[in-house]
Amino acid sequence: MEIFGVPSQALFGQLLIGLINGSFYALLSLGLAVIFGLLNIINFTHGAQYMMGAFVAYILLNNFGVNYWWALLIAPVLVGATGVVIERTMLSRLYKLDHLYGLLLTFGLALIIQGLFRQQYGSAGLPYQIPAQLQGAQNLGFMFLPNYRAWVIVASLLVCLTTWYVIERTKLGAYLRAATENPALVQAFGINVPRMITATYGFGVGLAALAGVMAAPIYQVSPQMGADLIIVVFAVVVIGGMGSIMGAIVTGFGLGIIEGLTKVFYPEASSTVIFIIMAIVLLVRPAGLFGTQK
Amino acid sequence: MAAIALAPAAETLAYQRKVFVFMAVVLAVAPLVVYPLFMMKVMCFALFACAFNLLIGYVGLLSFGHAMFFGMASYVSAHAAKVWGLTPELAILSGTVVATALGFVAGSLAIRRLGIYFAMITLALAQMIYFFCLQAPFTGGEDGIQAVPRGHLFGVIDLSETFSMYLLVLTIFLGGFLLIYRIVHSPFGQVLKAIRENESRALSLGYDVDRYKLLAFVLSAGLSGLAGATKALVFQLASLTDVHWSMSGEVVLMTLLGGLGTIFGPVVGAAVIITMQNYLAQLGAWVTVVQGIIFVVCVLAFRRGIVGEIAHALKKPL
Repeated sequence: MEIFGVPSQALFGQLLIGLINGSFYALLSLGLAVIFGLLNIINFTHGAQYMMGAFVAYILLNNFGVNYWWALLIAPVLVGATGVVIERTMLSRLYKLDHLYGLLLTFGLALIIQGLFRQQYGSAGLPYQIPAQLQGAQNLGFMFLPNYRAWVIVASLLVCLTTWYVIERTKLGAYLRAATENPALVQAFGINVPRMITATYGFGVGLAALAGVMAAPIYQVSPQMGADLIIVVFAVVVIGGMGSIMGAIVTGFGLGIIEGLTKVFYPEASSTVIFIIMAIVLLVRPAGLFGTQK
Repeated sequence: MAAIALAPAAETLAYQRKVFVFMAVVLAVAPLVVYPLFMMKVMCFALFACAFNLLIGYVGLLSFGHAMFFGMASYVSAHAAKVWGLTPELAILSGTVVATALGFVAGSLAIRRLGIYFAMITLALAQMIYFFCLQAPFTGGEDGIQAVPRGHLFGVIDLSETFSMYLLVLTIFLGGFLLIYRIVHSPFGQVLKAIRENESRALSLGYDVDRYKLLAFVLSAGLSGLAGATKALVFQLASLTDVHWSMSGEVVLMTLLGGLGTIFGPVVGAAVIITMQNYLAQLGAWVTVVQGIIFVVCVLAFRRGIVGEIAHALKKPL
């Protein structure tokens, strides 16, 4: 069977890869958007924290025999805790300065973290086994769907939608949105805004680490795995605009799919297509698809 | 950012001129003491950092993608010298022209957003150029363009002689430095600083802010290209390292360490970072760690940078 002159196997295969990549774009840009909303800082360390999540899972499995499912819980908590320390000891000193200093600081932290992991584990990718429960694949008739990949798509959609629900529909989320609009006023109402900021950063970092654990069995675990990814995610964030949580999710998945399709129809452009879309969006709608120009 | 008096007094200018002469003399006699190749590397990166500083220090725009101009010019200049057989001055010129044109395109896109978005956009555009260089046939992919001939300047002066090459690099560096100095102290430069301090105010005073920003961006891109094109001839090599995002990070680091918005800061910053890389080269990944630590320390405790601190102590802008 062929679609537009492309074998359907190849088409659906790339679409699946696109969806998988899109899941990670969505999870990471969601974390960036949540952090940016409250801290006004673009967290350049996000890629390194995603990598740390994958490494924590790897170390847990190989040094302590802790399986994937526990890693899904432990890694985000551990890496999120390091995020809390970073926010308390460093980022919190920068809120009164130009926001660019936050970017520079987190860039420096990313260099430190990546350098340390490269020193310890080398640059080569380390394999991480797919958990036993999710091995194998389903025959959908038109393609084979590996169970683990299906799980990643479903799980990241669930996490994204839960985050959206918490921020847009609960009381806690209402505080958060209010603090994004006017922190001084929220503080005056007796809500501990600095603690909320710390928790938000920890949560965003935890999301990155969770994405890292889920990525470990698909991509190999390596110190550089987050460095190039985070630049693509920045482009995703520029395209979506950081105004809305749902915007980040939709843009993430959408761009993943577009990237996958490009791989089928014009493979040469597959690594640049997201950046080209970013350029077009900047020309047509500088604030981003879901953003509002401040 | 270090505050700088908008209209420097004549004595300040005279003071800066003295420092400039001192710097020129040091650079001229340096090859008697240190390796000329090392000094040429320092000067190329110093020019790169000065060009970058024109944007961050005087317009307040943080570009995280300056490697695209440096690297692209480096490729074009290497290709022109090796494949087209152009003389060195034409090879450098073609690299600079391409970087300037690229600066116009990238700048037109990037100045549509401010602050953090500007940084992310330049970073993403630079990554696009990186993938282009990785795939384009003329760049030689992972190998880069090797064994680039230095050739004969104006068809006469043999640049394979270290002495002649050194003089050329010194001339280019001092010329670029003086151009930036002139730009910063021109009426145009005053408007740039006004934009940095208060963009809406500059706009309300009737200045076409976007055009000023774009011109500053293009100038910065062109001068970065000049540095990259020269570097390709000095090392007879253009490679993916020059267009990688880590190069963009390095130039930010040099400028930050030397002092944002200072005239001489980027030169000092470049010298320190290149020296450090030279001595720590065998330590592998630790170089990255040390660079990261310098970033963190600079941002948390040392925001004026080396030259900025000295200028603050002397109470004279440098």
